[in-house]
Amino acid sequence: MRYQRPLFRIMGDRSLLVELGDEISPSLNRSVRKLFVALMENPIAGLVETMPAYRSLLITYDALITDVAALTHRIEDLQGKAEDIEIPGPKTVEIPVAYGGEYGPDLEWVAQYHRISPHDVIQLHTGTIYQVYMIGFTPGFPYMGELPEQLAVPRRETPRIVIPEGSVAIAQRQTGIYPVESPGGWYVLGRTPLKLFSPSLSPPALLEMGDRVRFFSIAAGEYKQWTR
Amino acid sequence: MDTVDTLEVMAPGPFTTIQDRGRYGYGRYGVAPSGAVDSFSLRVANLVVDNPENEACLEITLSGFKVKVLQEVAVAVTGADLQAYHDKRPLQMWTSCILEKGSFLSLRGVKSGCRAYLAMGGGISLPEVLASKSTNLSSGFGGLEGRTLRKGDILASTSPHLHLKTEGRSFPPAWIPAYGKKAHLRVILGPQDDQFTENGKRTFLNSTYHVSPDSDRTGIRLVGSIVERSPEAGESIISEGVISGTIQVPGDGQPIVILAELVTGGYRKIATVITADLPLLGQLKPGDRVTFQQVSLDDAYREHRKMEERITWFKDLIFQ
Repeated sequence: MRYQRPLFRIMGDRSLLVELGDEISPSLNRSVRKLFVALMENPIAGLVETMPAYRSLLITYDALITDVAALTHRIEDLQGKAEDIEIPGPKTVEIPVAYGGEYGPDLEWVAQYHRISPHDVIQLHTGTIYQVYMIGFTPGFPYMGELPEQLAVPRRETPRIVIPEGSVAIAQRQTGIYPVESPGGWYVLGRTPLKLFSPSLSPPALLEMGDRVRFFSIAAGEYKQWTR
Repeated sequence: MDTVDTLEVMAPGPFTTIQDRGRYGYGRYGVAPSGAVDSFSLRVANLVVDNPENEACLEITLSGFKVKVLQEVAVAVTGADLQAYHDKRPLQMWTSCILEKGSFLSLRGVKSGCRAYLAMGGGISLPEVLASKSTNLSSGFGGLEGRTLRKGDILASTSPHLHLKTEGRSFPPAWIPAYGKKAHLRVILGPQDDQFTENGKRTFLNSTYHVSPDSDRTGIRLVGSIVERSPEAGESIISEGVISGTIQVPGDGQPIVILAELVTGGYRKIATVITADLPLLGQLKPGDRVTFQQVSLDDAYREHRKMEERITWFKDLIFQ
């Protein structure tokens, strides 16, 4: 559900959580992006960090410069306008994935779970255009949806200690990509040779909140040849 | 402006990283702030030796740290009392001390607190990555090659000789925080305190928690009475941004206080530690005890300003 008006929640004496609704949905997430872009284009004095997420924005401020009352006022004002303003459209990024085998150790399991073939899993995963809801967990990790209902799986009961860099994985109605080797509880379908995060690039992450993503299948041999 | 090799790491200790006040403006790309978890101590260390307040320092955890001095330098050690020694003599903390070439600085073991900050007059000559010298360990960038320090690492400073005149400069002892084995942290309830039962909130505010050994710069895990959620509240929430000091309560009811290496979280947060008490939070070590006290937002703003006034007063003292 989308709230009639944003809900402001205080997170300590230097952050304010602006909640726009209580669900994971592409349309609610687009509203978050609108407010985020509006904030970027109309900077507020004393803002230290703005973190957009699925259905909320976390605003961190310098309490020596501004306070919750002033911020709430400014954001309500912006939110009123944000729905109507024109914002740049999101970019669409095509991401190559080597599915299955050593790169996608859970492809077979997911296929068996849904009683479909691994090929069907790949067809379903590549047949959807995803929206990046949020970048979080580790630098550059995109949380994307909506994963087709036919592929939805629970999180693993025991997270893996090591998921390799570039792993493309699914959990519930979402799909994501691990930018660096890390522990993780999602089911890994494949691996992309693209670099998701590089601190020397500007911007440092391949994807941003709001972007559209389409996966396409490549052979294991192509993965190895891909120039990084 | 000349860059000079100043210190050589003989023993890195269990966990030493390079940190400044943190990396901001990259949360949208999933980049956590990192930075000193006791930034008050970091700022003072820098001011004592005439560095910019935000210069990088070494953040040294618990014990076993030793460096050899390659070039005469003014240093300041602040934060936790880890028994700093200059050769065989105890080193005065919170004070600019001159270390002559060929001598050794060591931190022998923890007396109070958890993390000491070592500032070198002339700073640590390293490039900023995404606008900060702080180490981001999860992605391996910033600081020294994005990692903890190792034996043999060399730290360079810019024109260290220009900072030798700070010798003897001291932060007023009355303003030095006391890091005990028991920390009393003031919190503001929220952002999801409405999703805990009255009993759960009472438990949280009236219990003593122990710091688990399973704590690090990402979060301080607490062990103690279970904080009860409302019956209708599930285990997790839709993930959202978090800041250091936020106290999340996962399914098992044992609170975790988030520190500097996290940008999003998916658990309910009962309260957030106020800015003025973050230095105490950053100095907690396994086995320490913690209690929480609720304060108002206005109280928190006032305490934050009080802390800033100490820094401002000290700057006035230096620059008058």
